Amino acid sequence: MSTAFVEIVENSTTLVCCGSGGVGKTTTAAVIAMAAARKGRNSVVVTIDPARRLAHALGLDTSDLGDDPRAIDPALWDPENKRVENGSMSAVMLNAKSTFDSLVEKYANNPAQVGRILDNTFYKNISAALSGTQEYMAMEKLYELHESGAYDLVVIDTPPSRNALDFLDAPNRMTKFLEGRAFRVLTAPARGGMRLVTRAARVFLRTTARVLGSEVLDDIVEFFGVFEGMYEGFHHRAAHVRDLLAHESTLFMLIASPRRDALEEAEFFAEQLREKNFPIAGAIVNRLHPHFTESLAQATRLRSETFTERANENEATTLLAELYANLASFQEVAQKERDHLVRLEELVSPGPVEKIPFLGEDVHDFSTLRLLEDTLFSKDTEADKIAAIPHAQ
Amino acid sequence: MRLVMDLSAFFESRVCIVSGKGGVGKTTLSAVLAVMAASSGQQVLLVDVEGKSGLSNAFGANPLEYEAVTLSQGVFARNITAEQALLEFFQDHNLNWVSKRLQSMNLVDVIATAAPGIKDILVLGKVKQIERRGTYDLIIVDAPAAGHTLTFLNSAAGLIDAVRVGPVRTQARDVQEMLTDPSRTQVILTTLPEETPVNETVETAEALVDLKIKVGAVLVNGWYSPCPAATVDEIRAAAVTAGTVMPDEEAQALADASSFVNMRHRLQQTQLARLEDMLALPILQLPFLFTADLGRPGIDTLTKALETAITDFETEAPAVTLPSSDGKTA
Repeated sequence: MSTAFVEIVENSTTLVCCGSGGVGKTTTAAVIAMAAARKGRNSVVVTIDPARRLAHALGLDTSDLGDDPRAIDPALWDPENKRVENGSMSAVMLNAKSTFDSLVEKYANNPAQVGRILDNTFYKNISAALSGTQEYMAMEKLYELHESGAYDLVVIDTPPSRNALDFLDAPNRMTKFLEGRAFRVLTAPARGGMRLVTRAARVFLRTTARVLGSEVLDDIVEFFGVFEGMYEGFHHRAAHVRDLLAHESTLFMLIASPRRDALEEAEFFAEQLREKNFPIAGAIVNRLHPHFTESLAQATRLRSETFTERANENEATTLLAELYANLASFQEVAQKERDHLVRLEELVSPGPVEKIPFLGEDVHDFSTLRLLEDTLFSKDTEADKIAAIPHAQ
Repeated sequence: MRLVMDLSAFFESRVCIVSGKGGVGKTTLSAVLAVMAASSGQQVLLVDVEGKSGLSNAFGANPLEYEAVTLSQGVFARNITAEQALLEFFQDHNLNWVSKRLQSMNLVDVIATAAPGIKDILVLGKVKQIERRGTYDLIIVDAPAAGHTLTFLNSAAGLIDAVRVGPVRTQARDVQEMLTDPSRTQVILTTLPEETPVNETVETAEALVDLKIKVGAVLVNGWYSPCPAATVDEIRAAAVTAGTVMPDEEAQALADASSFVNMRHRLQQTQLARLEDMLALPILQLPFLFTADLGRPGIDTLTKALETAITDFETEAPAVTLPSSDGKTA
């Protein structure tokens, strides 16, 4: 099972981690990049809104960072200096606004156009307010890093979105938005020609302005006017981003927790990816309850009930009643969690589904990242992994 | 600050906004609050603002619609999505044709980008309209996931600055009045006793104070109860005393499970202590449910647990006058 993950880390070039919020996506993406670096590859992880301590560990918490990758000191991710020759690990925190700004700079015809767009209020709102922008910029970043040729492996976290597959669609939707066809029809008179639509359009615009305020409308008109000359460049670029996402070398990794909603989301993802023929590398399910024994939960529960009835006899029966009740609860929840994974395993097959037990602490620095790495890539059975958890005996 | 709470105070404000990071159980706890209020005879409306299916799933009902449906005795639910609210807003201003045109020309996104926060303000405006109508005793809003909650609740202030005249501004001002009036609105924060969710909860609570929005309580979900600690030898000895045969493997499993739950309990206590240090708010724990798949039985179990937590909290709270006389402890 774990050999499949080793293979992914050694050979893949682009890995997209997807899953719902709160399942450890960012951390898992970082672990994969770290494991690749330790195998001698040049990896970069793109994180989106990491928890503060993880950002700190990755060196991403300085405010002046922008969104260029930063190399991480090997002493952090490889303190024993065991890495195979020239591995390197870098990290970058997505900043949708600056990624968008660089695209504008790249495709504008002249500095004056750049200035007019960057100053436009409507443009400034896009990164924060237009849904799908973060997704699009994440994919754009992926493309940029891939194209730079500086990395053997780009691992990307994906933004938490209502529909977790939004990012696959993001390049399409964004270019359609930027094209602003509907708006162009309305504002055609401002650019000469097409006078037929003017009257109805003018009433519509005036009414909308009355509701929203006229400055707002002016900004929109200006934005689509200035952006027009750049549309071709953006359109072209988005097509390349789409091609990279659809390329067979781009693999998708599903991240989930055993919570029902997180699993359903992962299953939904897997179904969508399969339908669209995107290759699924595998799935990682974090934070499972440990599996302490092979015996049946029902048997333990019966023992627990027996001793609960006898709980008043003496201290020994009281103790055993509580211990059996506790063990039975864990066996029941562990069984339920593993039952819930069956459907995901079918969907991800032949890719592996790796089960990571709860590790006893939040993963937020390199020592805990390495603990997670050991768990993910060890050939141990699940029971061995649990035994290896610090604190848990 | 004196922390007071009883069941009725919990629902003092007619609008209760439930906020929390993804994965902490915000939707389940919204349902728990609704069931708790309904069981004391209140008519409760649950509002979903993201078009998610969690609320209806929890009650085993069909996906929610814009029209309210009954989920259980006294609990009604509907969704209010931004798109619907935007279109309805134009309709309410006799601009039906504009609303149709916005939709048919795919201009809703353009409008929402041009006036960021407008979607949120229209959703909250709809909540305000329902609140004013007085059909329900309590309106519980399952808010967008944490990062977005603040944007959501701050949308009114932002739009008042951006839009100088017109009906949107009026709407924003009305919403702002509702949000900042503690007798009308309070936020309930939901979290897990883990580092990242605790950090986020503290940040949200502080930001809400700046926005002058009342925070009623923090609900800490997924709490593990401790178990007596025992070594394998102690367990074997207990088995002998109890006159039972116990394989070594079983003694080991009992010891491991006990040590594991205690380890988690200790980690959780550390995080709870951090919360208590940083926030002068009622903080209530809800148990981790081993058995339930969080359908209706899970909601009922958590509802009872919350009622108990509130009662215990009152007993323990540093009450100003009466010392606790009933001898109850946590």
